[in-house]
Amino acid sequence: MIITILNTVLIVSGITGILALLLVIADYFFANYGDCQITINKKKEITVKGGSSLLSTLNEQKIFLPSACGGRGSCGFCKCQVESGGGPLLPTEKPFLSEEEIKNNIRLSCQVKVKQNIEIQIPEDIFNIRKFKAKVTAIKDLTYDIKELTLKLLEPESITFKAGQYVQLVAPPYAKIRQSVSRAYSISSNPDHNDYIQLIIRKVPEGICTTWVHEFLKVDDEVNFTGPFGEFYIRDTDADMIFVAGGSGKAPIKSMLEWLAKRQNPRRMGYFFGARQRQELYYTELFDELEKELPNFKYYPVLSQPTETCDWEGRCGYVMPFFSEFIKEPAHTEAYLCGSPGMIASVVKDLEKRGIPLDKIYYDSFA
Amino acid sequence: MELSAFIIFVAAIFTSNILLTNFLGMCSFLSVSREVQSSLGLGLAVFFVMTVTTALNYAVYYFILVPLDIVYLQYIIFIIVIAAFVQLTEMVVERFSPLLYYSLGIFLPLITVNCAILGVSLFMIIRNYTFLQAVAYGAGSGLGWLLAILALAGIRQRIKEKYVPAGLVGAGLSLITTGIMALAFVGFSGIVVIQ
Repeated sequence: MIITILNTVLIVSGITGILALLLVIADYFFANYGDCQITINKKKEITVKGGSSLLSTLNEQKIFLPSACGGRGSCGFCKCQVESGGGPLLPTEKPFLSEEEIKNNIRLSCQVKVKQNIEIQIPEDIFNIRKFKAKVTAIKDLTYDIKELTLKLLEPESITFKAGQYVQLVAPPYAKIRQSVSRAYSISSNPDHNDYIQLIIRKVPEGICTTWVHEFLKVDDEVNFTGPFGEFYIRDTDADMIFVAGGSGKAPIKSMLEWLAKRQNPRRMGYFFGARQRQELYYTELFDELEKELPNFKYYPVLSQPTETCDWEGRCGYVMPFFSEFIKEPAHTEAYLCGSPGMIASVVKDLEKRGIPLDKIYYDSFA
Repeated sequence: MELSAFIIFVAAIFTSNILLTNFLGMCSFLSVSREVQSSLGLGLAVFFVMTVTTALNYAVYYFILVPLDIVYLQYIIFIIVIAAFVQLTEMVVERFSPLLYYSLGIFLPLITVNCAILGVSLFMIIRNYTFLQAVAYGAGSGLGWLLAILALAGIRQRIKEKYVPAGLVGAGLSLITTGIMALAFVGFSGIVVIQ
């Protein structure tokens, strides 16, 4: 009886083993694409091992295309122009591309696999993107659920970025979280200081990265991030500027305003900050200070749910009705927004109704 | 056993079409028949996998399972062989036709549990086919399946541009179409009987 059982087990495992071996051999032959050449912007040529996605292959070469989802094809940030060798457009990319982008050979680099020589075009700015190692020098509570993180750069020692851009902070595995994740946070410090950056991070219930920052990260810890990323920066015109951001969306706006203040920029600017209660307001003195420094800047904090006992004498309700206090010539106004996709969508709709052209509304939307 | 391999091959395509007479392999048949292009791809994949796995399973059955007296393990062994072979096919398709790979999506791995493929392997044992007959039966059934899914995809593409009662759009109409196709194939029965 026992011999029969052992025999059977042996035979089944034998057959399975042989098949598995065959598959391993097949994988070696079929998934081996050899060396491929990537030509970047018609001048830089790199030789890489084929088989992985364009995004991760470029990452290995220290060229960091933006990506918020880490290559799962769900954020659509990692677009780049593939001139040849990218293979056919895949159904997984289509939802993220407009017709014009498809015509211009724009692809999602996380979906394109490097299987042959490939020619791509990427903005020169991308070459500024690096991997940074930094030390936490301060963690400050701004409100009950928002912390300000100061990161002193260790390697490389300085960073060049435009006010409004963001970095991807890497949270290592901790407690029950087994995988390292990276999440995007806007830089809140002034780009004039290039040896450190500050981030404003609001605690998201059950958020992997924010929980790590709020409960596990300590001063003197070392952290890694990549950046800077993003098309959200000040356009150099003389138009009026309306800024709208709530919660931790204040980060890029603070960076922009500090940079403008340093240059005594005379443009008309107004910043609308929406919060629910007084305890969610922060950086109030800083913005009062900016109002004094900048010749034409006004700060408009708005509370949607001031408590009954609250002595708030400012604006109450949602931010949008108050835009009329600032907007004078909608056609000559640029809007800079930062916040959740829901908030961005409704603010964009309102601004459009007021006559601000869509192509002058700039935003980073963090899901 | 007097049936020649060629007759079995033809019969498997027309008179005993695995899909339209045995109704095996319906799930991918209904879901990937929206476009002729991708159903041709899936049909070819099924044809290929079916032909080869029938031969492989024949060899495994008569040269391993029968001599070792463990034919009662045929289901698990057949499934393992089919799974390994589908995995191999997937690697090949990904390498040489990424577009087909992505348009088949989850249905390529699902061939693993396509009941038509296991069905062919089991029928071949039950009907005591010789090796040549078995391979002919496998290839014929695969071609028959390909023919059926292509026909349905063609019909569905034509119907897409027509007005149909709202309640029938999608699966309802596909099932009715399949039924009528099966009726048409009944016309072949009686020419030759292989089961």
